[in-house]
Amino acid sequence: MATKLPSTDVVVVGLGWAGSIIANELTDQGLEVVAFERGPWRETARDFNIASAPDELRYSQRQELMLQTAQNTVTARNTPSQTALPMRSWGSFHPGNGTGGAGNHWAGITFRFQPEEFRLKSHLTEKYGAGAIPAELTLQDWGTDWSEMEPFYTAFDQLAGLSGRAGNLKGQIREGGNPFEGPRSEEYPTGPMRQPYGPTLFAQAAKDLGYKPFPVPSALISEAYTNSLGITMGPCTFCGFCTNYGCANYSKASAITTILPVLTRKSNFRAQTNSEVLRVTLDATGKRATGVVYVDTSGKEWEQPADLVIVTAFTFENVRLMLLSGVGTPYDPETQTGTTGRNYAYQTANSVQLFFDDKNFNPFIGAGALGMGIDDFNNDNFDHSGLGFFGGGSIRVTPIGAAPIGYRPTPPGTPLWGSNWKRQTVKNYLSSMSIGCEASSYTTRTNYLSLDPTYTDRLGRPLLRITFDFSQNDLKMSQYCTDKVAGIAKAMNPRQQVAHPMTGHWNTGPYQSSHVVGGFVMGADPKTSAVNKYLQSWDVPNLFVVGASAFPQNPGYNPTGTVGALAFKAADAIRRLYLKNPGPLVSA
Amino acid sequence: MRSSEVAQPNRRQFLSSTAIALLLGSTGRGLGETIAGSPPWKPFDASPPQTLGSGTWYFLTPDEVRTVGAITERLIPADELSISGKDAGCVEFIDRQLAGSYGSSERLYMKGPFQPGTPEQGDQFPLDPRQRYRLGLASLQAHCRETYQKAFADLPPEQRDQVLTQLQTGAITLKDVDAKAFFALVLQNTMEGFFADPIYGGNKEMVSWRMLGFPGARYDYRDYIDKHNQKLDLPPLSIAGRSEWRVKD
Repeated sequence: MATKLPSTDVVVVGLGWAGSIIANELTDQGLEVVAFERGPWRETARDFNIASAPDELRYSQRQELMLQTAQNTVTARNTPSQTALPMRSWGSFHPGNGTGGAGNHWAGITFRFQPEEFRLKSHLTEKYGAGAIPAELTLQDWGTDWSEMEPFYTAFDQLAGLSGRAGNLKGQIREGGNPFEGPRSEEYPTGPMRQPYGPTLFAQAAKDLGYKPFPVPSALISEAYTNSLGITMGPCTFCGFCTNYGCANYSKASAITTILPVLTRKSNFRAQTNSEVLRVTLDATGKRATGVVYVDTSGKEWEQPADLVIVTAFTFENVRLMLLSGVGTPYDPETQTGTTGRNYAYQTANSVQLFFDDKNFNPFIGAGALGMGIDDFNNDNFDHSGLGFFGGGSIRVTPIGAAPIGYRPTPPGTPLWGSNWKRQTVKNYLSSMSIGCEASSYTTRTNYLSLDPTYTDRLGRPLLRITFDFSQNDLKMSQYCTDKVAGIAKAMNPRQQVAHPMTGHWNTGPYQSSHVVGGFVMGADPKTSAVNKYLQSWDVPNLFVVGASAFPQNPGYNPTGTVGALAFKAADAIRRLYLKNPGPLVSA
Repeated sequence: MRSSEVAQPNRRQFLSSTAIALLLGSTGRGLGETIAGSPPWKPFDASPPQTLGSGTWYFLTPDEVRTVGAITERLIPADELSISGKDAGCVEFIDRQLAGSYGSSERLYMKGPFQPGTPEQGDQFPLDPRQRYRLGLASLQAHCRETYQKAFADLPPEQRDQVLTQLQTGAITLKDVDAKAFFALVLQNTMEGFFADPIYGGNKEMVSWRMLGFPGARYDYRDYIDKHNQKLDLPPLSIAGRSEWRVKD
């Protein structure tokens, strides 16, 4: 039996990007906020000390910053007819833990989604006709649009200090930026990063082919910056211990570098760490959240009542908490009814490796979001008539570093050990590079999230079950886009190039992307969405569920910029609309 | 001794370097403080890496040490490019990893039921790395005694390579473990030891980093990012510094 605590105005579940943004906005409004975090408190100076941060074994191999699967994991299968089995260690993706969440070990690539994405189904139907959309896909509109999203993207830019160059400033296309982006109201807060050799070589080849290269928008900032909350960050030093690591330089934007130093000092804010929320509690009608129940490290359960509950616990735990709390109806792939767990999507990872004889890339000079890219083959930036698929990918060269347990590129056929292995490893280490194509993942009827019937966590609660495989649409798209990447690679004239389009089934083993999205999606229709355009639950109006769980499908972009924008959007709706008139903000 | 038991480390220390000051006896001497020989603080005080000191074996038995040495000096042989994996400290690395949280899978989801899945569903074996090594090495030894009437470590190098290839391809089966999975684990850990920071017991004197041209735990390339297509020849740096930094041992 949980011990009941005094009530508070707002409970926030999860102190990553979304939870920290909303907690900060609502404390500014004068509300008392208690935020729960299942992991520890993390602090740059202590936890990401410059002396001990660059440790590949500890952070990349043993995954010290990530959620430990002993605490919570997922089960996975490719189709509804298979038995899902637990992911006993992380492979395909890397969920985070502790304050800052996955936003501590993220890469920092921070695109905005394009205006067409927010009404994707309508856009493709208008342009190509309803019959052109493959029957396997369950694409949806977001119930919002660019004019509603843009101010919140700008708010996130200025919080994180993003580095880049605007390609479309108030409708004006600007040389050197990304011409495919939606019109932005403000330039990036900090200038583009300087580029190492690999991205520079790629950008020149792409430009010669008529494409439009631009610096990848980066949350690893290029110069000192004081953000919208008055917190100062330092410039990135290209240390190459970035993705999978915490940043010791205060250069990588995260909740712990850009929000928590201010939020922590507010008298109406309290963080409760190492405290895992077990469920959102509902009243007898099931239409009102009354708070949350959480467990501390001793195993004792506590009930924290609140007037408003905000769930910001990463895609997986957002959906699992809704399923465990009985919010909404679980999605059924047979009848396609229910919205809790509906439209789970991923990211489709493709690449082409290039091996040279006469080049030295010094690949250890790197950062997660350092690089040059093109968007000519992303999303609907190219004509899909007659191609038989939709979607595309962000093509780019982003050297993240070259710590050698994980980074040892060799051509196919190289032995895995012995003297010949060693010769090939040494020969190719400095002189290889790779062009990535991070591509869209479009939703289908049978890709969804549910509770596992067999496997439970350490507390005996069902694990979340992922049922996912790549759609035929996405596999065709991968082949097409990777061919385009191979064309650029060929123009760079390597000794050898090796294409890796995504093929076959989704495999839980090799790392692909932590961009897991959907399962509690936003939209205008409660039959096909779980939250409205303000991230407010259709069924429980004093519950907001914020994160990439709200994406109805995933474009060929990294999700964090949009997660940040949605967090500002939800907070704005609460401050401006909900508090004046608590109840549904959109009538169903 | 149960297969998963581990000798208790008789001392835990952050680094084996004698240059590290321990703040013993620094209290009760008034406000003045004499600093000599080493800085008055302990590195990684707040967030230490888990490392174990040298000079003792924590998990592997003497026979296992010999077998793992005989494996790692074939996986990474001594040649014109580097010393062998064994001489670089891969056996010490593996021993200390097995003794720590990695060896017991304490951070991993190890609840049953354990059942085989599709290739896409990943590792579903119920054994932790300690058990995999203990059973795998014993099974390998049994196989070699049965087939060659010799211990693995007593086979000539070419024959060891042959046995390792058979494990890698699954051409032979081992009694208690999956041969291919066991080989993959030992290969993975050997490479980790060879390429990880030397504080974990392998990569002696940053041998693999020097071999590749990887500068290690440096944290600032702002002066180098614009030097395109140039060989930089930066001497590598460990989390523990560089041996040249030490004036005397």
